[in-house]
Amino acid sequence: MANNATTPLDPQIQSGSDEIVFVSESLGSRVTYTMGRNKLLFGGLFLILFIILFAVIGSIVIDKERTEVGYTMAERETASGEVKLRAAPRLRPSTKYWFGSDQFAIDIFAYVAYGTLGTLWMGLIAGIIGIGIGTLLGFLAGYFGGWIDAVVVVLSDALITIPGLILLITISAYLDQLTVEQLGILIGGISWMGTTRVVRAQVLTLKNRAYVEVSKFNGQGDMEIVLTELIPNLAPFIAAAFVGAVAGAILLSIGLSALGLGPQNEPNLGLMAFWFIRFGAVPQGMWWWFGPPILVIAIFVVGLFMITAGLDQIANPRLRTSV
Amino acid sequence: MTLDYVLKRLGMFLLIIFVAGTLNFAVPRLRPTNPIEEAMNQLLQNAGGVNISNVEEMIASYEERFGLNNPLWKQYVNYWVSLSRLDFGQSIRYFPAKVTEEIHQSLPWTIGLVGVTTIMAALIGSFFGAWLGWTRTPIAVAFVVPLLLIVTAVPFYLLGLLMMWVFTVFWPLLPGGGAHDFAIPPSLTLTSIIDIIEHAILPAAAIILSSIGFWGLGMRGMMVTTMGDDFIKLAEFKGLKERRIFLRYAVRNALLPQVTGLAINLGFVVSGSVLVEVLFAYPGIGNLLYTAITSNDFFVIQGVLMYVIFAIGLMLFIVDMVYPLIDPRIRYRAA
Repeated sequence: MANNATTPLDPQIQSGSDEIVFVSESLGSRVTYTMGRNKLLFGGLFLILFIILFAVIGSIVIDKERTEVGYTMAERETASGEVKLRAAPRLRPSTKYWFGSDQFAIDIFAYVAYGTLGTLWMGLIAGIIGIGIGTLLGFLAGYFGGWIDAVVVVLSDALITIPGLILLITISAYLDQLTVEQLGILIGGISWMGTTRVVRAQVLTLKNRAYVEVSKFNGQGDMEIVLTELIPNLAPFIAAAFVGAVAGAILLSIGLSALGLGPQNEPNLGLMAFWFIRFGAVPQGMWWWFGPPILVIAIFVVGLFMITAGLDQIANPRLRTSV
Repeated sequence: MTLDYVLKRLGMFLLIIFVAGTLNFAVPRLRPTNPIEEAMNQLLQNAGGVNISNVEEMIASYEERFGLNNPLWKQYVNYWVSLSRLDFGQSIRYFPAKVTEEIHQSLPWTIGLVGVTTIMAALIGSFFGAWLGWTRTPIAVAFVVPLLLIVTAVPFYLLGLLMMWVFTVFWPLLPGGGAHDFAIPPSLTLTSIIDIIEHAILPAAAIILSSIGFWGLGMRGMMVTTMGDDFIKLAEFKGLKERRIFLRYAVRNALLPQVTGLAINLGFVVSGSVLVEVLFAYPGIGNLLYTAITSNDFFVIQGVLMYVIFAIGLMLFIVDMVYPLIDPRIRYRAA
């Protein structure tokens, strides 16, 4: 029966209930079909891919030394008339340093590339952990019900009302300097509630479907039913929640780091935000300092938002006509 | 059944307070050494005899409240007893000052800035969204919706930073920080009011611009759904004027979720926009929390957190109570 369950990419779901579209069987054409119908998803993936490639290729090609304080140099005349290379902060963008340098003579182009990588890595960790906890609790609550359900629902309802940033600020006030990975784990640990709600609601509707009943009669265990019957049907919901969780985690981490409470062990965009706010990039008119990271963040968040909206359309075909 | 519903919601409200309070109590104690004790020991060392009596007094008051040598459960009980008397202790940084005093000083600024902007953003955004949902020109929708998305996507403090650059450096029109000119202490005179508004324009614009999309897109979605309803068609067939259908039939019905959203968001006003306040050095709750954290003023941190949670919990409770009265389609149910 598992094979009969409709998969998220199934063209019948794509085309809506009152319309039958002929689609060839090959996976490739199915994917292109989905892409063609779902411009939001495609556009979002494109933007995210662009940012990921920028970060990955950038950090492979660019020497990490360039993200260090005092890297950008310019020829300066010393008092004795000798011409020497000296650290040169506040350089405007040039062909040598594409985004110029900041107050500490850090190469901004290199830092944005490495910082984007660090921030993505953090978001990925937080997303995986948040989704992991959220899915697990959602399944437990929805599938088994009873007191497990009650505890999970009450806990997530209570926690979801506390603003993430306030909670994060409060917790980090008591912690020592976080690393990028620790912050990812921490954010994942406080942002599972949304996923839990979605998964629980879906499991509640799915678990009484005929094919789940049949599997039960066939003697499949709970674990097997979850893995073979429920997870495949929940995939689009979990995927949408994952994308949302990564976006949320990245924004949260940047917010926390912009206050100077974030990780400082690895380059990341939040730390950069802290610097350009703290050391007055704005009063100094250094648009090349705060411009690039803001642009990266904006592209990234818009991209993730488009992916979420696109996945929602797959998961919930009725939405397609509205937003 | 109605009583059951009210009790359940009340239980939820108390639970939220309980969770927040317990977090406040537990988090500092998760470490092998209590950072509060550390902070006070450090103060004791740094006091250098100048205000050492203050520090000793503070430690004494802390001991009195919690009894550091008491077992954990007793500390926990003491903690709730003092909270129930709205006693959040005294600020470590400005010692004799009470935490509640500190909070009450910054609260008006945050409520003024974030409260007003939340309402403005909701109004502007909702009517903009209503127009987007009503207008049958897809070109407007095709251009405006993505634009709204992008403005909403940029975190508001970064949007604020960009605006700060444009309007204080590139084209110096507005003050770049603070809530008022130091030469003009806040009062009810015209110069003071103009000065305060001038200082609020940039942070307010940042908050409004970045949240307009949220309200606009939500309203547009509701309008699209409402416009498909039969009663709109009936109104059209009756030959009612467009304006009347728009305002009295479509907007009025689509507005309901927006009203709830606004009410809930008003609860979040107290938590404010920490980053916007810090960025613009606005002396509100967010800034208070920030300075408290940078100076390890743990009692202020805990006090702010409790205020924030209380405001949100209370607003959610009120919405739950009032919403069924506004919308007769929703009945009190044991949810």
